[in-house]
Order: sequence, then C-alpha cells, then structure tokens
Amino acid sequence: MSAAQPVNACEVNPVEPFLRMDRMPHIWCPGCGIGTTVNCFARALVDSEVDLKHLVVVSGIGCTGRVAGYVNLDSFHTTHGRAIPFATGLKLANPKLNVVVYSGDGDLSAIGGNHLIHAARRNVDLKIICVNNLIYGMTGGQTAPTTPGHVITSTSPYGTFDTNFNLPHLMDAAGAVYVARWTVYHVRQLTRAIQEAFNRKGFSFIEIISPCPTLYQRRNRMGDGLGALKYYKQVSKIRNGAPTSEVGLSKVGEITVGTFVDRVRPDFIELMRASLHETLGGRYVDTLHMEETECQS
Amino acid sequence: MAKGLVKIIVEQCKACGFCIEFCPTKVLAFSSHFNSKGYHPPQVVAADKCSGCDLCGMYCPDFAIHGYRAEQKAPAGQAGAAAAGEKEATDAR
Amino acid sequence: MHADPAGVLTGTHFLDGDHACCEGCLAAGARFASGYPITPSTEVVERFAARIPTVGGVFIQMEDELAASIALQGAVWAGAKAFTVTSGPGFSLMMEHIGFAVMTETPCVFVDVQRGGPSTGLPTLPSQGDMMQCRWGSHGDYALIALCPNSPQECFDLTIKAFNLAERYRVPVMVMMDEVVGHMTEKVVIPSAEKIEVEPRRLTTKSPEEFKLYATGADLVPEMAHAGEGYRFHVTALTHDERGYPNMTPKVQQALVNRLKDKIERHADQIVELESAGCDGADVVVVSYGITSRIAQRAIDLARQKGLKVGKLRLITAWPFPAEQIRSLAAKVKAFVVPELNLGQMVLEVERAAAGQCKTVLVPHAGGSVHDPLDILQAIEEAIR
Repeated sequence: MSAAQPVNACEVNPVEPFLRMDRMPHIWCPGCGIGTTVNCFARALVDSEVDLKHLVVVSGIGCTGRVAGYVNLDSFHTTHGRAIPFATGLKLANPKLNVVVYSGDGDLSAIGGNHLIHAARRNVDLKIICVNNLIYGMTGGQTAPTTPGHVITSTSPYGTFDTNFNLPHLMDAAGAVYVARWTVYHVRQLTRAIQEAFNRKGFSFIEIISPCPTLYQRRNRMGDGLGALKYYKQVSKIRNGAPTSEVGLSKVGEITVGTFVDRVRPDFIELMRASLHETLGGRYVDTLHMEETECQS
Repeated sequence: MAKGLVKIIVEQCKACGFCIEFCPTKVLAFSSHFNSKGYHPPQVVAADKCSGCDLCGMYCPDFAIHGYRAEQKAPAGQAGAAAAGEKEATDAR
Repeated sequence: MHADPAGVLTGTHFLDGDHACCEGCLAAGARFASGYPITPSTEVVERFAARIPTVGGVFIQMEDELAASIALQGAVWAGAKAFTVTSGPGFSLMMEHIGFAVMTETPCVFVDVQRGGPSTGLPTLPSQGDMMQCRWGSHGDYALIALCPNSPQECFDLTIKAFNLAERYRVPVMVMMDEVVGHMTEKVVIPSAEKIEVEPRRLTTKSPEEFKLYATGADLVPEMAHAGEGYRFHVTALTHDERGYPNMTPKVQQALVNRLKDKIERHADQIVELESAGCDGADVVVVSYGITSRIAQRAIDLARQKGLKVGKLRLITAWPFPAEQIRSLAAKVKAFVVPELNLGQMVLEVERAAAGQCKTVLVPHAGGSVHDPLDILQAIEEAIR
C-alpha cells in the first residue's frame, strides 16, 4: 500500500468490495441474522480466494432472497422457489461458473422443495446457503415447513401442530455431498463451512439458523435478535458427523450444529460427460469440460 | 497501547447489540446519541482493550462496524487512529 | 449472421412438425433445452436429447415445467440460446416464468404444441385453445410475440424466426403449434447453414463501469451481458431501474412497464407477418392461423369455385395482433369469417379491430380434430348473403 494513499485500506470494512454499498442500509430488520450470514459469506470468499468473476449468486423470494441484490457479483433475484433450477441452467450452460444459491427456508423447502430434492439427487455442483429463520419473514410471519410445533405464526394463530422438516436429514437422504448446520452465533465455524463448500464439487447444503426478531421471536415472546443469538449459544451443541435423523429442531430443544455429511460422489456434469463419452465416443461434442487449471477457487 | 482499532459507520447501524455482546474484551457499549434513523450506535469505551480481532465485524448484520489490527495502519499515528474510531461514533450528536 | 453448420441438418427430409421444430431450434443456434414430457410435444425434446450431444450443448429433463421454464433462462444468462417445449397443462405451469422472461428481458423460446383443453383435456388431439393464454397468461401488463406454423416446414422456419425475434427484442417468443401440425409428416427442406440468417445476441461492448443492464436507446431494447464476464450485474424481476436495482415506485413502474409493452408494439410493423391472397375486392375474408388455415384454404377454394369473392388472411404472427391491417380491411369487406380450433379467441381480436365496420363470424370447434371444410364454406356462404 503506497504511503500516498490518504485513506487507510484497513479502515474500509474488508467485506465492502463484495457489497453494493450504494444500496446500504439494507432492508433487513434490526437483529435479523441475514446480514451476519452475508458477512461470513464475504469473509469466506476473501479467505478462499474464490474467483469472483465466475462467482454467481442466485436467490429466490423472501428476506434472504434479497441477498442477491446486495452482493457485488453477477446475481439473480429469481422467482419464489425456483432459484435452484435457474442455477442449474446457469451451471450447465457455463460449467466455469461457480454458482451459489442463497435463499431462505420457505423458498427452498416449501415452494422450492421439489427442486431442492432433485438437485441434491442429481448432485448438481451448487452451493446452497439456506438461511433458516423458521418462518416466512418477508410476507409477515407465516408458518414454514421448518417452523417447529407449538409456535404462533400469522397462519397458525393458535400454534403450529404439524411436523417440521429436518433439512439436513432431507438433504442427506436426497444425496447432497456436503451438509452442515450452524447458527448466526457461530460466525467462525460458518465462515469455515462456506469455505469448505467452495472446496468441494457437488451439491452442498449449509443451513444457518438465524433469528427473525420482528415476527418469530416477537410473536413467541422469545426476545429480540440478540436474545436469539444468546439462546443459540446456550442450546447449540456441536456434533460433527451426527446422524442427520437426530438433528431435528424443536421450539426449545437442542440445536445440533456441525458438519453432518461430507462425502464424495460424481456430480451431475461428471456423470453426464462420462455417460456420453462412453456411449458416443468420438462423436460426443463435450461442451461441459473444464480444463484442469480452470479451478473454481 | 491498543493492538486493534474499530471503525463504525454510524448511519448504517440498527443497534442490534451483537457487536457489544460478542466483543471478547468488552470494548463497545451503546452510546447515548442517535443516528438519523433513531438508533443508538455503539461506541468504543475501552479502546485499549481492542485486539482488532474483528469479531464485531463478523457479527454485524449491517456491515456498520469492523475491527482491524493497529499495525496494519499506514503511518498516521495510533492515537490519531483510535480517535478516528471514536470520531465516527460521536459525529452524529 | 449465418447459422452454425453444426446444428443445421441440411437436406430434404420427411419430418413431422415436432421433429422439424427441434431442427429449427438447432439451426437457430439453440444449445440448451430444459424440458418436461407432455403429449403431444415430447418428441421435440426427445429429438433434441438425441441430437444435442453430437452438436455440442445440453439437454436436461427437469422435474416439472416450473423448473424447465426457468432452467432455460439460467442457461440464457450463462450464454446459451435456449428453449422449452410443452402443451396446455404445462404451459399453464410455465406462465409465471414467461412473465419472468418478459420482466428480465431474457431472450428465449417457448413452444406450445396445443392440445384439447381445458385441464387434462385431450392429450393426443389438437386444439388452438391457448391463443389468448399465450398473450395474457402471465400476470401484469406486458407484450410478447407469438408465431403460428401451419406445416412441418413452417415448424422449422418459424422456430428460427422465433429465436431471432427473441434476440432482437429481448423477449420470450411463443411458437404456437398444435397436435396436428406437430404430428403430421411432410417434406421439410433444410437449407445449407450459410443460407440461414440467425440474429446474434445483443451483447454490450461497454465496460463494466459504464454498462447499465437495462438502459435503452430509441429502439427500447437494452444490451445484454452474460454472467461470468466481469460485469457484476444484478437481475431482478422486481420493478427495477436502469441499473437493474429494485426500485419499487410508481414512477419507475410506469417507465418500465410501458417500455416493455412499447418495445414490441411500436415495432409491430417489423414483427408481424401475414399471408394474404385475394383480399382485394373480396366480400368475405377468412382469417385463420395454424393448422386451421389449411382447412380454411380448402373452404376458400371451394367457395371460389362457386364464384364467391373470398379472400384469405393468415396470421403467421398472432401476437402482436395485426389490428391495423384488420381495421383497414374491415372497411372494404362485408365480413370476416374466423375459423379456429377453440370456442372463440382470436376472433375477439378480429372483432375488436374491425370496430363494427363489418360482420365478424366465428366458426368454432371445441377441439379434438380439425374443422370440416364444409362448415367453413357454409359460414362463408351465409356471411356473403
């Protein structure tokens, strides 16, 4: 850094180059954890030296869906639940792209559930960052498939009663190669998990438990955003490698965090190429190959 | 002498309290002044305890604060820099 | 720009409309398709799945039409020309993403091989029941382009035209086939690649600092950029400004939505393609499109043999609707006869454009087969009386 620079580069938050600072302050509520997840994401990008030119963020609709609009990257704010198929199209048309799907629990597991399952089954090389605030935040606090039982929401005014998704278990069963859960309290581990996902090929799923102070916390008298983080600190237990069937969430029980699944299997593009090379031999015109040196990070 | 410094963007803060709570050495506290949205931003109350670990920055959902190591600063004097961290917080008075 | 020879199956072929449509996509430069099986359209993507690995590109069968209709748009933004194919029930599912393509100005092609409806209807039999839906099926105000082939040859030719119009106007283009045109087998001549004009994508040459994703000049069509080229753009289907940033105010809404509509409607004279014959001095003009135009031709020939002065107007482009041409013709004829394989859809446009200057007579058909030409002849004779 030259001595002639009037402003010390360290006085600039290292995440600012990754953000559209001309759109700050963002729309998320005080104490909402989404911004914290974006911090961890940006720091993971810095630490893993990901090639930003080829990094694309795709999101759906919802509070977390707004992440795409705040990152200073090629980004797409698509329709509700359909970030994953859009991301699949991006990746297949240009395998050099490093595609991240950044969306919320409702968007990904309710309306987007079918696509979530199939992309995991196919093992499409996508990094899914699922911010799970256990509710539909943007639209005013309705029940989500991830909302635990006995919770008051605007569409369950007498309390939820059906069973919530255990997303790591769902992803494990569908075939994801990397499945982790952290909360926004676990900023360091979360940053590392995102880096790990960037270092893997195949369908990676990171669930991040995050507070929705305005709707989930407030309606259920669970304090504010800070209260939620202190609560996560208190009830979280790190159990790396835990069987995913055992990591379901309830209203007041343990939040199991850690890396649950980390396995290797060929991703969708590898499978497609292998199959077509085998069956067509020299007639196959392979548009999906990436040079060995064209790594993603 | 503080090992670290904090920079606060007062107008971006929404007073969630994460940075104050999770700073390992309790460098920060809510200030009594307001930004233009009516939030109380944090201020540095124990500058000498700051290690520049940037845990505040990692927690901040609003990208309104970050910490950095003092030795990374260009030669402008550490005392001036610590004051710079304070200055942004007091500007909104 | 000429077609890439890799996708052009030059020669004289005996193909059905579905297969010819697939060859049209390949000749136009489509190198990505996402599809979902639905009768009577499936053969288009089945053929594409078989052809594309040796041409160079990707086909993926998605888990549903919701996924298929947006996966292709991801592929477009990554650099490919892309399409999907469906029929009625799938078309209904795709409506949200047709709207997404309009709003984000994603150039792409949707092929609807229409079948009997509503709902599950007649999977293996024709109708033209989606004509209004293809124009109005997504929510909100917008305009788009729809083409109606009436032969396997046109399934080839008009599909290429659809891709070209999509790139030219940054809009999704509908190719409205039907089960008969899709499954009838006829001679299809595919010329050599250098005889096929394809419209290249209008990519910007501006630097990332200067480039604004949705800034436009006098033609109202913005330049495009692909992901992964360093532009760091943001695409959202929220009402957005020239930078692509959400800006949800009445002022921006007014400007954006009007531009999306004007972009097509102001260029209608360059987009609309009609086939007309014998309209000068005609008492009755038969207005038709797609497969029905072939049966209508038979009826017109029979009417002329009887000495009746009957003209033909075929809508090759159904949308934008050629309202001006209909309006000026309405002043000179006694009636329009409009046979269609539905209970009255395009006839509403004909009647509206005619503005009461002449009669408009519908020859409806609920679908399941094509018209009997004698029914159309009867309507012509009654209209002349």
